[in-house]
Amino acid sequence: MRFVAGSELGRANLEVFSETLLSLARKDRNVIAVTSDSRGSGKLTPFAEAVPGQVVEVGIAEQNLVGVAAGLASAGKIVFAVSPASFLTARALEQIKNDVCYSDRPVKLIGISAGVSYGALGSTHHATHDLAALRAIDNLTMIVPADNFETAEAVKSAARMSQPVYIRFGKRSLPHLHAPGARFQPGQALLVQDGTDVAFIATGETVQPALMAARELEGHGLSCRVISMHTVKPLDTDAVVAAATQCRAVVTVEEHSVFGGLGEACAAVLMQAGIHVPFKIVGFPDEYMVTGGQLEIFGHYGISASGLAQTAQTLRKNGG
Amino acid sequence: MTDLELKIQSIRYRQKLLECIKRAGAGHTGGDLSCIDILNVLYSRILKVSPETFDEPGRDRYIQSKGHSVEALYVVLGDMGFFPECDLETLCQYGTHYVGHPTRKVQGVEQNTGALGHGLAFGVGVALAGKMDGATYRTFTLLGDGELAEGSNWESMMTAAHYRLDNLTAIIDRNTLQISGPTHEVCDLEPLEDKFRAFGWSVRAVDGHDITNLSETLGTTPFETGRPNAVIARTVKGKGISFMENDVTWHHRVPNDEQYERAQQELKAQLAEVTS
Repeated sequence: MRFVAGSELGRANLEVFSETLLSLARKDRNVIAVTSDSRGSGKLTPFAEAVPGQVVEVGIAEQNLVGVAAGLASAGKIVFAVSPASFLTARALEQIKNDVCYSDRPVKLIGISAGVSYGALGSTHHATHDLAALRAIDNLTMIVPADNFETAEAVKSAARMSQPVYIRFGKRSLPHLHAPGARFQPGQALLVQDGTDVAFIATGETVQPALMAARELEGHGLSCRVISMHTVKPLDTDAVVAAATQCRAVVTVEEHSVFGGLGEACAAVLMQAGIHVPFKIVGFPDEYMVTGGQLEIFGHYGISASGLAQTAQTLRKNGG
Repeated sequence: MTDLELKIQSIRYRQKLLECIKRAGAGHTGGDLSCIDILNVLYSRILKVSPETFDEPGRDRYIQSKGHSVEALYVVLGDMGFFPECDLETLCQYGTHYVGHPTRKVQGVEQNTGALGHGLAFGVGVALAGKMDGATYRTFTLLGDGELAEGSNWESMMTAAHYRLDNLTAIIDRNTLQISGPTHEVCDLEPLEDKFRAFGWSVRAVDGHDITNLSETLGTTPFETGRPNAVIARTVKGKGISFMENDVTWHHRVPNDEQYERAQQELKAQLAEVTS
C-alpha cells in the first residue's frame, strides 16, 4: 500500500521515547535515566520497573538533575536527563550551559511536554522560550522530532553522540510523516513532500498542521513543500536556502515564541545569503498564552491547516 | 612527605600563587590563601590521582566548586606535574587555556566550574556512578562558605544522603568572609554543622590550616558507612599574609608592588622559621 504522509495516526512521541530508551537500556546497563519526580509524566514507569538499577531519581530539583547527570556522564554513563521542558531549560539553564555544554559532557537533555503540551495548565508549564535560550549556548545539538520515527531515531542518535544534545517533544498522538526506509540524520532536514509555490519549514508537532495546510493549498492549485526541520541547531542551511530559492514563499512554523527560534534562525540564514523571498514566521507572539488545550492554542495563533493556509495565501498576495 | 615538608610546601605554594596573581594582574587572593593547605593535603596525601592516572576510570576525583580560587588549584596541579609550571605565566592572558576559573582544557581539572553551586551536584553524579559500578574511587568537592547560599547545594546534599554516598566528601572552606562582608552578615549559615547533619551527612570540623588535622580527617573517610562526609574546614581568608588575613577587601584584590614585596618577605620569613 502506498504511504501517504499524515494519513495514519501513530502514538505520542513521549511513549516512543520511553520505549526506545528502555530498548537501549536493556542492551547497555550504562544507559541511565535521571528524573526529577518525572517518571510518571515521562512515561518512564515501565522503564523503572524493567531496569530499576538504571534510574536515578533526584526529586523535584532540576538544577541538581542536570549537575548530577553531568557527573554521571563524566564517569562513563550514557545519561538521559528527563524533565518537563519548561523547568529543565529555565530552572537549570546555568547547569545546561556550564555543567553540560561548556564542560562538554555528553548528557542527553530530554524536555518532555514541550511547547504548549501542558495546554490549560498555563504559562508556568509551557516551554516556548527553550529554543531561543538554548540556541545561544555553544556545543548543543537541538532536536525537535515531528513524529514517532523521528523521535525513535533522535533518541538512538543521542545515545551514540559524544556531545550534548537537547530533544524536546510533546504528548499528543501524532501521524506518521515518513515512508518506511526514510533516513534520519541529526542536522539534515527531512522532506515530507516537495513543491514549488510555498515552502513550509516546520519543526516538531507543527509539521502536521503545516502538512494539512499544504493539502488545503493544493486544493487551490498551489504546490507546497513541507520540510520537517527536526534539528534546530545545527540548522540545515542548505535545505533553508533551497526552499527559499526553489519556492516563491517561505513560512516557518514552530511551537515556540516567534523570538529566537526556528523562524529567526532561517531568516538569518537567508538574509546573510542575500536571498529575498516573501517570508513569514509563525509561532507564538509576545504574550502569555491563551488558555486552552495544545490544539486550541495552536488554532488561536494560526498554527492550523486553515490558519497556515491563510498565512501562505496572504504572503503570496502581499509579499510575493 | 612529612608534616614539616608539607608545611614548607604550603608556604611555597603561597609564594607561587601570589606570583601568578601579581603577574596576571587578577586573582582571588584571599580565598586562594584560605584553601591552599587543603589542596596541598589532598594532592600530596589523600587523592589517588596523578598525571599518569588522570584518564583512568578508577582515579579519585577532586572538583573545585569554588572555582574562583583557581590560582591555588593551578599552582598545585603544576607542582604535581599535570602541566609545565611555566604555563602559568600565561594565566588570564589573551588566548590561554589558563582561564580565571577552572576549565578541563587544563590537564588535571575534572570539571569546568566558576558559577557557584555546581560542583556538589557534579560530585554526586560521579560518586553515584562509582556506587553503581562498584568502584572504589572517592570524590572530593571543595565549596566556599558563601557559596552555600546557592540553593542547588542543598538539593545535592539531599540526593547524596538519599543515595548513601559515603564515597563523597564535601569540604567547606569556612573562612567566614565573602565578597560583601562576613557570612553572618550577608546570609547567616550557622549552625552549619547541624544543617549538614540534619541533611543526613556525617560531619567533622577541622583546622583548615593544620596539616596534621586535615590529613587525619580527610584520610579517614567514610566517617560513617552510608553517609556522605562533610568537612567544615575553619580557615582564615588571606591566611599567611598578615595584612590580608580576615580583610574582606582581599577577596579579589591584586597586591601592588609594595604589598607584593611585603607579602613575599613575610612568606620568606615563615619559610626560614619552619626550616630552622
